[in-house]
Amino acid sequence: MQTAVAFSQVSRHFGPVRAVDGVDLKIAEGEFFAMLGPSGSGKTTCLRLIAGFEQPTAGHIEIFGETAEGVPPYRRNVNTVFQDYALFPHLSVADNVAYGPMIRGVAKAERMKAAEEALALVQLPGYGARQPGQLSGGQRQRVALARALVNKPKVLLLDEPLGALDLKLREQMQEELKTLQRSLGITFVFVTHDQGEALSMADRVAVFNEGKIMQVGAPEEIYRAPRSRFVADFVGSSNILPPETVERFAGKRAWASLRPESIRLATAGGHAATVLGHSYLGAATRLSVDMDGQRLTLLLPAGATVPATGSQAAIEWNGDDLHLMEDGQ
Amino acid sequence: MRSDRNGKAPLGLKIAAAGGLLFLHLPILLIFVYAFTTEDKSYQWPPPGLTLKWLAVTWNRPDVWQALGLSVRVAAISTALALVLGTLCAAAVSRTKFFGRETVSLLVILPIALPGIITGIALRSAFSLADIPYSFWTIVLGHATFCVVVVYNNAVARFRRTSGSLIEASMDLGADGFQTFRHVVLPNIGTALLAGGMLAFALSFDEVIVTTFTAGQQTTLPIWMLEELVRPRQRPVTNVVAMVVVLVTFLPILAAYYLTRDGDRIAGSGK
Repeated sequence: MQTAVAFSQVSRHFGPVRAVDGVDLKIAEGEFFAMLGPSGSGKTTCLRLIAGFEQPTAGHIEIFGETAEGVPPYRRNVNTVFQDYALFPHLSVADNVAYGPMIRGVAKAERMKAAEEALALVQLPGYGARQPGQLSGGQRQRVALARALVNKPKVLLLDEPLGALDLKLREQMQEELKTLQRSLGITFVFVTHDQGEALSMADRVAVFNEGKIMQVGAPEEIYRAPRSRFVADFVGSSNILPPETVERFAGKRAWASLRPESIRLATAGGHAATVLGHSYLGAATRLSVDMDGQRLTLLLPAGATVPATGSQAAIEWNGDDLHLMEDGQ
Repeated sequence: MRSDRNGKAPLGLKIAAAGGLLFLHLPILLIFVYAFTTEDKSYQWPPPGLTLKWLAVTWNRPDVWQALGLSVRVAAISTALALVLGTLCAAAVSRTKFFGRETVSLLVILPIALPGIITGIALRSAFSLADIPYSFWTIVLGHATFCVVVVYNNAVARFRRTSGSLIEASMDLGADGFQTFRHVVLPNIGTALLAGGMLAFALSFDEVIVTTFTAGQQTTLPIWMLEELVRPRQRPVTNVVAMVVVLVTFLPILAAYYLTRDGDRIAGSGK
């Protein structure tokens, strides 16, 4: 499979700020790729480097084998769905969607037909005559998507496109985006700070922190085997154990991550711990315990007996679930 | 909040408001009335009789036409100059960050805060220092100093209210700089430019102070009126011209007000 986007040692500095710092990255054609990270971690700058709104300070970017440096945004076969949608307020929905074809000189009848098809694709058939101001947030989001897709881009860039939507709508759009991506086969590069969104939608996830990529991999891999404390902590929640504690269980000095759902109450044996408190989450109950001065959080499945606060409990986990990390950062 | 609820103001306040408005606008009405008086040596109240003959007299005075023509040309060219320079400056200040941006912004606005007489004297000494003869173009330059400010202020306010990602979106969809300007920027700042341009035109059209310092032998309409007032001959002609000036300046300002009134929402950033 061809490489859609390749970064080699790409940096983008704004004065003393290293927004992107020596990033290596390969995104395959047809992949749904998520860039995940806290705000200011460089993920959006990476997206803007692909779109052409930023130029790298150092390093090399290729889009489908062609050098991207110096190529202006309007000559890249890449389209963006902006965080604030950026619909043109003076144009109707149809004219917004037909903007790309209009610029390319496509005849009016033909581009209006293309716009209508794109609107149907995003479940907004017949909305062409409306003004962007008359649409709801979710509908604007779809128009922005149609406006990008009508150009048949090789790579679609999505900059936190679901951030402004409420939870229900967001979950629905996640499903739709995924379906759309599978059926169109277009490479999607998706920026988000929501780890749940990244895990549920993407084929592969790159976790960003302070301008660097901390880890790239399939969602299960990132979740099961975080390479560093940052990834373990940012993707899902985790118990992070210091080397001294880990040595007692694994016989090796290293930082380790232990997911709360991997810990259970032991029926026989196990490690002694004091229950510090619990909170009811619906599908599970979260319990926090103290094990020889080490605070641990564990998730008890619904229906399990919850030990009282202050009582003694025995806990255990499978040796495999204690994931040793190479990186103490 | 009693007055808010029943919408009734005390009688004294009403009288004061009416008095204030009359004080502002009654003198203008007087000007109009004198345009139709039969007495042409002095302003006599009440007018001894009413006549329309001054309209015809004014129409046949070549000096009026000359002054009017000059004023319209100066205003039109100053406005055109201001539209280009003001828009470019506003785009630079609101779209990019550069060293000294705030200073540039302040320096651009300064001419309108400066008394006209200072601008006038400064330009006059600059022109004579540079050996530039007074001409049509020196008047235009003088007027452009404050016309640019009006356009700049209008454009900068609209640029600030227009989401920056619109321009990026247009570029992203394949439009180069010129196409983006034509299809996205201009439609979004168009009414602001029209309003700024009309205000600039009106300002230039009735400008006296800067013009007296930057004009040579030429007479713009306001200066012609000033000269005419000290000469007691066919006085109502001046009043007829005054009516025309009021119409020519008032209509664009009114139009500018209506054009920018509804532009309060932020274009392109709504969610």
